[in-house]
Parts: sequence; structure tokens; C-alpha cells
Amino acid sequence: MHPFSYTRAANTRQALDAGRAGGRYIAGGTTLVDLMRETVERPRTIVDISALPLREIMVTRRGGLRIGALVRMSEAAAHRGVRALYPVISQALELSASAQLRNMATIGGNIMQRTRCTYFRDVTAACNKREPGSGCAALHGVNRTHAILGTSDDCVATHPSDAAVAFTALEATVHLLGPDGERTVPFADFLLRPGSTPNREQALRKGELITSVEIPALPRPLQSGYLKVRDRQSYEFALTSAAVALHIRGGVIHEAKVAAGGVGTVPWKLPAVERELIGQRPSNVLWTKAAERAADGARPLRHNRFKVELLNGPSSANCAS
Amino acid sequence: MSPQPQAAVGAPLSRVDGRLKVTGQAKYAADHDIDGVVHAVVVDSSIARGRITGIDTRDAEAQRGVLGVISHLDKPRLTYRQNQVSNAFPGERLHVFQDDTVRFFGQPVAVVVATTLEAAEHAASLVKVSYDAEESATDLTRGPAQDGPPPFARPYARGNAEEALGSADVRLDLAYRLSRNHHNPMETHATIARWDGDKLTVWDKTQWVIGTQNELAAVFGIPLENVRVLSPFIGGAFGSALRAWPHVTIAALAAREIGRPVKLALTRRQMYFTVGYRPAYEYKLRLGSTRRGRLTAMTHDFKYETSRYEQFWEANLALGQMLYAVPNVSQNPQIVPLDVSTPLWMRGPGYGSSAFVIETAMDELAYKLGIDPIELRLRNEPGEDPSTQQPFSTRRLRECFRVGARAFGWRRRDPRPRSTRDGDWLIGTGVATGCYDVFRGQAQAHARLDADGTAVVQSATHDTGTGTYTSMTQVAADALGLTVRNVTFRLGDSAMPPAPAQGASQTMLSVGSAVQDTCDMLREQAIKLAVEDERSPLHGVDPDDVVVRGGRLHVKGDPARGETYRQLLARNNRTYLEARGSYTPEEESRFSMYGYAAMFAEVAVDARLGLVRVRRMLGVYDAGRIISPKLAESQAVGGMVGGIGAALLEHTVTDHRDGRIVNANLADYLVPVNADIPDLKAVYLDGEDYKAAPIGVKSLGELVQIGVAPAIANAVFHATGRRVRELPITAEALL
Repeated sequence: MHPFSYTRAANTRQALDAGRAGGRYIAGGTTLVDLMRETVERPRTIVDISALPLREIMVTRRGGLRIGALVRMSEAAAHRGVRALYPVISQALELSASAQLRNMATIGGNIMQRTRCTYFRDVTAACNKREPGSGCAALHGVNRTHAILGTSDDCVATHPSDAAVAFTALEATVHLLGPDGERTVPFADFLLRPGSTPNREQALRKGELITSVEIPALPRPLQSGYLKVRDRQSYEFALTSAAVALHIRGGVIHEAKVAAGGVGTVPWKLPAVERELIGQRPSNVLWTKAAERAADGARPLRHNRFKVELLNGPSSANCAS
Repeated sequence: MSPQPQAAVGAPLSRVDGRLKVTGQAKYAADHDIDGVVHAVVVDSSIARGRITGIDTRDAEAQRGVLGVISHLDKPRLTYRQNQVSNAFPGERLHVFQDDTVRFFGQPVAVVVATTLEAAEHAASLVKVSYDAEESATDLTRGPAQDGPPPFARPYARGNAEEALGSADVRLDLAYRLSRNHHNPMETHATIARWDGDKLTVWDKTQWVIGTQNELAAVFGIPLENVRVLSPFIGGAFGSALRAWPHVTIAALAAREIGRPVKLALTRRQMYFTVGYRPAYEYKLRLGSTRRGRLTAMTHDFKYETSRYEQFWEANLALGQMLYAVPNVSQNPQIVPLDVSTPLWMRGPGYGSSAFVIETAMDELAYKLGIDPIELRLRNEPGEDPSTQQPFSTRRLRECFRVGARAFGWRRRDPRPRSTRDGDWLIGTGVATGCYDVFRGQAQAHARLDADGTAVVQSATHDTGTGTYTSMTQVAADALGLTVRNVTFRLGDSAMPPAPAQGASQTMLSVGSAVQDTCDMLREQAIKLAVEDERSPLHGVDPDDVVVRGGRLHVKGDPARGETYRQLLARNNRTYLEARGSYTPEEESRFSMYGYAAMFAEVAVDARLGLVRVRRMLGVYDAGRIISPKLAESQAVGGMVGGIGAALLEHTVTDHRDGRIVNANLADYLVPVNADIPDLKAVYLDGEDYKAAPIGVKSLGELVQIGVAPAIANAVFHATGRRVRELPITAEALL
């Protein structure tokens, strides 16, 4: 671990000042500290924001949810409002990491997680995300767990978060606070595809702080769920996952919100699948037909062709049924 | 058999060191508090083959607290004498920091020593090593095999397998690929080394204190008696600590060069570089059989990986020769030298890999012939060892299957593949034989009975978590006629009476027999003292008629006539009695000795997602006498967990472009977690095998893992109709 200085922000203004001066925010630390130990991350200053008042979960006036950036994963998963309104979020959180990690890690940190690409985490390997211009060892290397969607020749790493897949499906927005004030960014624009700059992962400006994630109100009743496919039954990142929310009235699907995880460089929204579902009656035939669109545009690599089959299987749509 | 009442042996005792462990007082290798200790961190190579062209240590040495950086540039003097008492392999062991050659990815190329671990870690990350890299070969499937067979193996043939295959009613021709696995014990390897003049003391994670002692004496060119190795507690090893690896030498070297005691603990990542692994295999098996399921021929052509500097071998031939009554067998083993580090025996070495092949092939044959898989195995049960024509000391495999089939509900099974469903899940059951050799080694022990009626027994053996402290206490307690509470067993010190490595399931048999011999001698000594003592109530009694129970000697059948050890020793002004005993196996046994198991597995498979979930497992074991039932059960459960890992999850992944191990951590190298482990049941057949050992035990620790992976693979076939001849069985193989 490289030497660094540590400051603790007593309030938001202190945090922003430190952030503007180049400090890296830290809350649960479950990703950052790991990566610092591997010398993948070498921040000079870390700014502990755990004392900031961002730990609330609120139902918004329109009937959506606002989850503070410092709410622990375990708190969000157990929250009655979250469980009642968006089971998909609770499930995604509870299928993530381990109980110990969920008790430490925050929602803001969860969506800021860095990839599990093993070449990224091995400082002796080539990685454009870690060291721009050094190349991508995964592209023609061992890439069973890598992305098949949203990739570029410079990076094929997946975004690891499960919760972010649910947020993407539900079309959440990210509330940010920066030196120039507040702004909101749609979740779909917040996480960036690698393109030729895989080192840039979020649409954050210098010193900006995530204050909350807002889930919009969706028509009720809303059935939702999260399906996660992995080799072992706990403590593993998704090979493929699906977040699905359906508004079914009178036996017909009126709204469909679908995203996939473990397959994209960012959580992958599936508008083509949504379009297949809307206006139809739920059935196994429908799930199968809709899922056939899930891997549209996929570019499988040498070891991860099976992810296409997993995506195209009826499982993604089936999880809400 | 002992004339003593057996009160402790066979009792479901909890671990005698359990409290120490759960309260954090058990000291593992890195836990020892050594005055003035400083910390060492190894710098590993980032190429698999080539030369080191430069090592820039300026930034590292400029760090506060850094005491030095040592590499081959310093030409550290190491003797590297030949050492026969070592689990090294033919070839030449890796010499640390003696030249600029890189032989595998992750090879130690330098070590940084600093006053704190943090300073050493940081400085190690600042050491800049430059290389002249050459193209490396790490892929077993592409590397050419070495001419000639592996060490200690030669092509084997009986009968004429080719001819028998040609005329067989039914033939199978199958190809398998088994992945490399790493031992991955919970405790990472660690060594603390301290020099006092030319005497070296080492606290080490080792399954063989005597082996490590010999290796350090040989490497440093000092007399054996100048080295003492201590290893009182081990947090799992599964074979990885069966030899003194380079980091042990590095710790002692650093301590010598820096002039301070040095602690060196490998990182989890480094656990994938230099402490061995179960090698990858490519295996071709051909089977010939009659229509009625009598095997007529079996041919085994296989190759496995080894390093370029040592020729690894493991016991991968025995099962093919002795498990079933096959008249015609040929075996052709080969090794493929690659730019990798040397493998080392991992739980059930050789047997586990060959059992997967043979036992899944038997299942294929059973389906091909329409014979129940258990019945097929029983039809090929040999009456004597088909490779040596020796009688079996005991072989109760039939009984294992009979007991297991009943307990598991095997007869209720619909044998047709894909015949059983539970919702979206396809359900399957499978069975396999497990079998492992009875290895036996020379062992000695010392016992001392104190005037207060307690005893201390010791031997330079080990407790990797298997429960040696407990089981040896049980044996000693019965032989001495003491309660378990009044016996202390000590181990893990090269200064103690020698014992073999704790590997190949030989500890209970070998050290247990030595402990029994020692404690028998000590008890007999006390009895002699009593019957020859005119003041003793036992005076004049035939020593054979005296037993000891609860620390009291008395006449067999007349408990009133006797006295306690305490009374006896006090009256005779003896502060203690002591004895040193041993166990030496006969040179050549007349018997074929193996432990046997019938493994049963039930799995659920979601064929659309490629997911396999083990639902329940049952193992029934013929392991001889069970000294410690709770420990034996714990071993069996651990073996099943290990087998589930090998079957479905474990796979060390190498990027063959540069020999890099890409999943060198426990997030990416998958071992089973609690959620993967269902209801596991272990049944040990009652009985003993006094032909195998004076204490009636056979082998156990390896046996319990051998048949697990094939039972699961066979269950996956029954569930899905898909035969996977690869380990691990992953989603992509089932989609």
C-alpha cells in the first residue's frame, strides 16, 4: 500500500473542499482499501465521508424512493419501503458480496465499485483502465467472466455491481453535489462505457459527491425480482444476472423494466426485451420470445460465448414470473 | 490388541485444543511473538521464463524502516547439499537467489526486510525488476511429454489389453481433462526464523518438522542438530506444507543477512505461486467388457504437468491396477515439463484424479450395459489384489455399498437419465467407489508419567486440523489407563522423537501405533514396579493380570485390590516414570492394504442456467478402527466439501500467453462456501484391521475425498443425460 493521508469530513462543505483538492472519497472502503492494498489504487489523500448526513431512505412525494449514498447495503436491503416497493433492489443487494461486506459497504460506494477484471487487479498485467495506453490483457486473454456488451478494443471489463443492475432497470437517477452545486444524472448516463477511455468510469466532475440514488415512482402493482447466475451460491460476482420489474394489469403487461448484469461493461438496459413484453400477456412463450432479444449486439470473446446462451435463455424474463 | 479397557478410544471426544483455537490462543506459525522480529516480503517474478536483467532497489531502500533488499545480485551463500529426507522430486530443487533465471510466474526474485510489515510491503512494491522474457510454455495440452515415464512409475501391463479390447463385447474410448487445483488452506504459509550464532530456530507451517529441519540444514550447510523446527498448530494444509518451500529458506536467509529474527508470511496471491498444487491431467481411458459387465480390459494413457526443474510424481497408477478384477491392463503415464512451479501432493493425490476417470467410466459402462452402477462394481470385485495376488488385509467395499444403498435410498431411483424433476430442476443421483492406500511410516514417541498421576506424551508429528492432539490423547489415555483429562499430548517440534510427515493418511496408523507402544511400555513398567514392590497391594500378582483404569492399577476382575499411580510413585520416591517406544512397519507386507468408500451424491441441475447444486451426499467408509468418531466425521465432511470443490468449482486458471495465474485469490479461485454445502452424512463401518496396524486402523484423511467428484459427475449425468469428462463441471459444459 502506498502512503496516503487521511482526513475525516465533518460536514458536506469540508468534504467538497477536500474533494476539489484531489481527495478520494471513502465510506465503507470495501473496494478502495482492497485495491490500495494491491497498489491498483494509489490515492494521495482519502477523505472519509462516513459522518455526512446521507444515511436516509425516503419515499418521495411522487411515490418513488430516495436512498442516501451512505446507506449500508444491508440497511437498504432490509428497509421496509425498499422491500415493499422494489423487491428487485433488496434481492440484488442480498445476492451481493457477503454479510460482512454488506454491513460495511454503502449504496454510493456500491455503484462506484471498480471492475473485478483480474488483469485490472494485477499490477503486473496490461490494463488500459488502470494504466491508459498499456493495452487490454483480457481482450485475447482469459475472459470467461468478461463483458459481451458495450465493450471496446480497449476494455472488456464488466461492471460488478448487482444493485446497479436494478437501478438501471428501474431508470434511477443519481443525485450529485459538487463545488458548483447540485445536479442529477440519469443512471444510464452515470456509468460510462469504456470506449477509448476505460479509465473514465463515471460521469462525475472533479470533487463531486453522490448524495443519493432516486428510484422513480412506477405504476402499481409492480412485480419485480432479481436473478443471479453464478458458479457458487454465495460470494461471487454474477456470470449473468437480470433485474426485471413488470406492471401487469388486467392480465396484460403495461410496463416492463429490464436490465442485465455480468454481461456489460455497464449494467445493460434491455429496451428491445421491454418492447417485446409490453402489451402482451405473461406466458412461457412470451418469456422465451422476449429473451431472444436480450443479447442483441453481443460481441462474445473466446471464453464467454456461454453468456449469450444464458442471456438468450428464458431465464431473464422468467425471474419476474 | 491392547488388554486395557478402551474408554477413550471410540468415544466422541471434542477437540482437546478446541478452546485454545476458538479463543485465539493457539499459536500458528506467524503468531509467535519473537523478540526483535522484523518482517520480510517477497518480490515475485512477473514473467514465466527468461532472465532478470536488473533489479532497482533504490526507491525501496530509501523507505523508512527498510533494513535491506536481498536478491541474486547479492550472491547470498547457500550450500544446497543433497537432502534425502525431503519430499523433493527427482531433478534439482529451486535454489533461491542463486542466479538470474526465471523458471515460472511468481518465482521469488528478491526479498525486502523492514521493521514493520507495512514498510516491507510498500518497499516490495517499489522494487523494479527488469527482465529479458522468453516465450513460455504452460499449457499441458500443447507441451511435449518428456521421454520416458515419470519417476517411480513405469509403463505397466498385465495380460494383453489391446487384444482383449479388440475382442470385447463392449468398448469405451474416453478422454478426460482435469484442471489444476490449489490446496488453499485457510492459514497462509508463514515462517519465522531466528539465528543464535550458527543455530537456527524456525517456527513454520509444515506438515513435516523433521523434513524442514533436514532441508534447512542441507540448504545452509550446517549440522542437523543446529536446526530446530517448531509447528505446534497448522491452519489446514491439504499437502501444501509437505516440503520446505523456497520461502522457508528465504526467511532464514534474510534473518542471517540482516542479523535479526525475520517473519515471512506469504500473501494469498503468493499461495498460488510456490507452494505446490494438484497438477492438470489429460487422460485417455479405454474399457472393454463382456455384455454381462465383466471387465476384460482397461488402458490408461495419461499425462500431467510438472516443472522443468523437478519431475513430480504421484500415486496415479494403483487404482487402475487393483480396484477391479480386470485381467488385461496397460498403463502409460507421462509427464510434461513446463514453465511452471513444481506440483505437490494434494489431498488424495493421484488416487483422486484416477478415481474420477475410472469411476465415471464405470458409470458410463453401467449405462451402456443397462446394469445398475453398484451391481456393475460388485460384479468386478476381486477376491485378491489383482496386481500382486496378495490377499486383502480387509476389503469391505461390498458392505459399504450395501449399507450406503440402503441409507441413501438407492433402490428407489429411476435409472433413466432426465427421469426425475423437481420444478425447474432436474434431479440425479450418482455413486462412485473411493479407495486409498494404507501408507505406513516409522514413528517414535516418548511418554512420561508424573508423580501427580498425569502423563505427557510427545512425538514430532503434526496437527493440520485433522485432530492429532485429540486422537493421540485418546490412544495414550487408554494405554496408560488414565482419563483423557490427565494426558497431555505434544507435537510439532523437531526435537521430539521423530515421526513421519503428516501426509498420505499415515499419522493415525504410524504415530498412533508408536504412542500405543510407548504407553504400553510405560504402563507395564508401572505394573512391574507394583508387583515387585512388597508394600504394594499388587505384590506378587502376575503382571498380565493387572489393568489400569482411571489412574488406578488393579487386579483384573478384582477392582478392590490395587493402588493408584500416585501412591505407587510416591512410595517408591519416583518423581516420574518414562518410556520411549516406536512403530516400524514390516518391510514387506503379505497383504494388500487399502481403505474403501462408497460415495453417494444427489444433485439438482438447472439445465437452462447450467447450474449444479449438490443436494445431499453420503459416504460409507471401510477405514479400519475409528479412534475418534467426531474427528473422523469432521474429516469426512471436509473431504466431501473438498470433493464438491473439485467437482464443480476449483480451477487454477493460467493465461498461457505469459504463464500468469489469473485467479490467484479466493474471490476468483472458487472454493465451496457454506451455501454450496448441503446435508452431508458419513458412516464408518464398525471394525478393525490388525493386519494393517497394531492399533487396527487403516487410512482415512485422503480416502474421504477420493470418490466424491465422480459420484457428483455421475449424478449430473443421471440428472441431465450430459456426460462431462472435465473437471470442474461448469455452466458452459451443461448449457
